[in-house]
Amino acid sequence: MAFFQMKKMILAWTFRKPVTTSYPFEPRKICPGSRGRLDVKISDCIFCTLCDKRCPTQALDVDKANKKWRIDRLRCISCGYCVEVCPKKCLTLTGDHGIPTVTKEMETF
Amino acid sequence: MGHRTIIPFGPQHPVLPEPIHIDLVVEDEKVVEAVPSIGFIHRGLERLVEKKDFVEFVYIAERICGICSFIHGQTYCQGVEEIMKIEVPTRAKYLRTIWGELSRIHSHLLWAGLMADGFGFESLFMHSWRVREQVLDIIEATTGGRVIFGSCKVGGARRDISPEQMTWMLKQLEVVEKEMRLIVDVFMNDDSVKHRLCGVGVISKADAISLGAVGPTLRGSGVADDMRLLKYAAFGELDFAPISRTDGDSYSRCAVRCDELFQSLDIIRQAAAKMPTGEIAVKVTGNPSGEFFSRVEQPRGEVVYYIKGNGTKNLTRFRARTPTFANVPALVKMLAGCELADVPVLVLTIDPCISCTER
Ligand code: SF4
Ligand code: SF4
Repeated sequence: MAFFQMKKMILAWTFRKPVTTSYPFEPRKICPGSRGRLDVKISDCIFCTLCDKRCPTQALDVDKANKKWRIDRLRCISCGYCVEVCPKKCLTLTGDHGIPTVTKEMETF
Repeated sequence: MGHRTIIPFGPQHPVLPEPIHIDLVVEDEKVVEAVPSIGFIHRGLERLVEKKDFVEFVYIAERICGICSFIHGQTYCQGVEEIMKIEVPTRAKYLRTIWGELSRIHSHLLWAGLMADGFGFESLFMHSWRVREQVLDIIEATTGGRVIFGSCKVGGARRDISPEQMTWMLKQLEVVEKEMRLIVDVFMNDDSVKHRLCGVGVISKADAISLGAVGPTLRGSGVADDMRLLKYAAFGELDFAPISRTDGDSYSRCAVRCDELFQSLDIIRQAAAKMPTGEIAVKVTGNPSGEFFSRVEQPRGEVVYYIKGNGTKNLTRFRARTPTFANVPALVKMLAGCELADVPVLVLTIDPCISCTER
């Protein structure tokens, strides 16, 4: 009878530290290359509105006339399409996911 | 004839956090009939496709399912590429193969956990998901997303895996393999697990074929059919033979999935060894005009995409037939005649993904 086949694994793990972390007290380890929060280097932006046109979730709103670049963080799905199309390469997706958003306001740059 | 009662299963049920509703007609403790109803989370993709650019639609295709996300994107891209006659670089095909198999491993481990939870084996559930987490870490490091990979695009891949990353990935996968062996050993050899699975929910070979079952449900009944035999992506150059079992019971379906874990590892290793260098994407110009049925093997079975374009940037028709949808008739057949207590286990043996089914 192969009964309680898991005993070895369970015994081994009884003496190990848990793999879960005590988030939020211990911050999450950031994985390099992860697609997280969208960052803009606004000094390089030429307000061409290409990112605004291409964003699949309409999270961006670029105002060419007033030179305003706005993002709705709750809509952005961190897909990276805007990063790809930006002619000035001023957009990046950082590895961290930012702090939680509590209001539905657009962030303006 | 005993007294008949109807017991509703779902749309909210502890074993399945997804909305499928099954009316179980029971006589004492025996299920005599099961009447499924789906459609709780229909998302109307057929309409959405007419509004989105065909290049952008890959993001939506990926979000049809939260588990086979990459393969949905891949199926869509392969379909569009076929219509537009785009020759994808070989390296991109290999990358797609590797990510597709990684997603199969994480999906099967997820299923293993749910299954263990379904028959009440909590610690096995947690350990399965602990191992899955390591696979997700590999996925995050190589694609940038844990669940939504976002690395497939029409014309190739968005990201490349560097040689250092590849070495690291293969090393990590060795650790994962060792851990998976321990988990699979419990699934395959523990008597209390076997007691719940052996001889339960038998689907004969003829039934599996006539009911149109796909994936491990079909292969568990002795039909060695797998869409990877169509040699899409890099499968034409890799050594691959579908895994099948002949008993057709829950244990067979489990065994198929357990074996596929290691087969996927093997495919990743082969692909990593054979991967050529070069471009990962080609530029896409023009719009798709024509129609195509794209078929790819997901962790749950064959997914079929029908894509039709008329030369504009929006597609005119898009339809996805997901594996769970094809497996529901087989599930209904399995449920008739089973014990009421076996219902959760049987539902889980087809590895249902209801959100996929509804599209
Ligand atoms: S695409 Fe780049 S340069 Fe153009 S508006 Fe967006 S951020 Fe600015
Ligand atoms: S990352 Fe994607 S969703 Fe977010 S702003 Fe850019 S294009 Fe839009």
